[in-house]
Amino acid sequence: MSRHVRVNPIACEAHGMCAELLPERITLDEWGYPIVDEQPLHGSQVEHAIRAARACPTFALLVERDNARAPTGGRSG
Amino acid sequence: MNADSSTLTEVRPGRERGEMDTLPRLLAGIREEGALSLDEHLAVHGSLGPVRAGRRRHAREHAQALIEEVERAGLLGHGGAAFPTARKMHAVASARGRAIVVANGAEGEPASLKDRTLLATLPHLVLDGAVAAAEAVDADEVIVCVCETARASVDSIARAMEERAARPSDGAAPRIRLTTVPGHYAAGQESALVNYLGGGPAKPLFTPPMVFEQGVRKRPTLINNVETLAHLALIARHGATWFRRLGSASQPGSALVTLGGPVAYPGVYEIEHGASLTSLIDAGGGATARVRGALVGGYAGTWIAGERLRGLALSNEHLAPHGATLGAGVVLLLSEEACPVAESARVARWLAGQSTRQCGPCVHGLDALAGTIEELAAGIAGARASQRIDRLASLVARRGACGHPDGALNVTLSALEAFQSEFADHARHGPCESCARPGELPLPVRPVSDETQRHAEPRR
Repeated sequence: MSRHVRVNPIACEAHGMCAELLPERITLDEWGYPIVDEQPLHGSQVEHAIRAARACPTFALLVERDNARAPTGGRSG
Repeated sequence: MNADSSTLTEVRPGRERGEMDTLPRLLAGIREEGALSLDEHLAVHGSLGPVRAGRRRHAREHAQALIEEVERAGLLGHGGAAFPTARKMHAVASARGRAIVVANGAEGEPASLKDRTLLATLPHLVLDGAVAAAEAVDADEVIVCVCETARASVDSIARAMEERAARPSDGAAPRIRLTTVPGHYAAGQESALVNYLGGGPAKPLFTPPMVFEQGVRKRPTLINNVETLAHLALIARHGATWFRRLGSASQPGSALVTLGGPVAYPGVYEIEHGASLTSLIDAGGGATARVRGALVGGYAGTWIAGERLRGLALSNEHLAPHGATLGAGVVLLLSEEACPVAESARVARWLAGQSTRQCGPCVHGLDALAGTIEELAAGIAGARASQRIDRLASLVARRGACGHPDGALNVTLSALEAFQSEFADHARHGPCESCARPGELPLPVRPVSDETQRHAEPRR
C-alpha cells in the first residue's frame, strides 16, 4: 500500500519544518505555507515523511494511504 | 425582504397555474405577499401522505422506493454543486446510526435570494420535502437552517411549524427544529453548518469524517438545500416521469433563479433548465439598460460578456462551454454604464474579506489577488501584473479546506477574460469615467464572526 503526504490547511501555521525535512515533496509558498506534491512516496521518503509529520508543531502534515478519501468541501446541494 | 438586498426582492409567478407539467411548479399558487398557509398549500398540491407506509419491512421498502424515484427523476442539488440528491440519500440511508436531515437555507451568497424567498412564501413545500427525505433515510429529526438576516423566512417557517403542530399526525413524523445561522458567505458550506450545529463557529472543517457518516452529533446527516427539498416534495407526489417532463436529460426539472441588475423587475423566477437568458430577462420585464455582461452562478461563478451572451441557455450543459454553471441559480446582469474593472476589484476585495481566515493560502492569496486587481483598476499595476495573477492563481487553487478560494479565483479570472479590453484600457490609462460611480453589484457587509447570536426555536 503506497502512501502520500497531505496538509491540513486549517491546522497549518506556516512553521515550515516539513519543507526542511521532506524537500523532495514539499516547498514553501511566498507566505511560508507548504506546497505539497501528493504523488506516492518512494522508498526512504516514507520514513522522512513520517519524521516531518511528527516534527510539525501543529500536527498539520498527514501521511496517508493512497486510498484515503479526499475531503469534499462542497456546498450542500 | 431584508434591507441589504432591497434591489432584488420581488417574487413573480411565471405564468398562471396550469397543468402540472408546465411552469410554475414550485411557485404554483403563490400569493402576492406572505406565505401560503397549510390549507392553501394543501389546496394547491394535495397532501403528501406518509412515505414509510405499513410496518417494518414494508416501511423500509417504501422508503427505498422514494430514494429510487428521486434517482430516476435525476434531481440535482440546488445549493450550487448540482450533486445527485439520491446519491446523498443512499449514503445516509446505508450509514450506521439514526440519521438527521438538515434543510440548508443559509444562503450566504448575497446575489441569491431564492432560498429565503422560497422559505418566506412556500414554507410547507420545503417542510414536506424535509419530512419526506427524513422518512426516506429513516431520520427522526429535521433541522431547518435559515439565514439570520432573513427575518420573513424565519417567521414563515416558525408559523408553518405551529400550523403543523396543531394538526393531528400519524405520530411517526420526525421532529422539526428551526435554527438561524450566521449570514456570512461560507456559513452554508456543509461542514461549516455541521460545525455550527455542533456548537462551534460557522466555519468549514477539514474533513473527513464525511457528513453522511458523521455529521451533526456524529450521526449520519443528510444536508440538502431547501429548494432541493421542495423539488423532492413534488417528486414524492408526482413521480420521476412527471419531473422529467421539464428540463434536459442531464438536468431535468425546473430551477429557481435570482435575476438581478438592470431589469424592470429583479427577483426570483422559476425557469425550466435550458431556458434562454432572453426569456428570463423578458420575464423580468426586460432590460432597463444595455447589458455588458452577466455573472452566472453568483460570486463564485463566471462572467459571460458581449457576443457570448447571445443565445445563451441556462443549464449546466449549455453553460459548460463558457466555463460556467448555474450554481445556486444566480444571473446577475451588469449594465454598460458600470465599469467591470472597478466592479471586479470590489468583488475580489469582498471575497477576500469573506475568507473565514483559517487557511493561509486563502487569507494571503485572496488578499494579494484583490490587491493586484485594485492596482490594475487604478492603472498602477506595472507590466508584470498578468504574471503575478498567474502565480497567485497557482498558489490559491485547491489549497483551502473548502471551495471558497477556488470560487473567488474563478470569478476574478473569468472577469479578466470576459472584460479583457476594459482591463487592458485601465492598465494603460488608469481609471475610467465610470469607475467613480457607486457599485452596481450587490455586496452587503456581512463580516465573518464567531460571535453570532444563536437563536433556536424550542424543540417539538
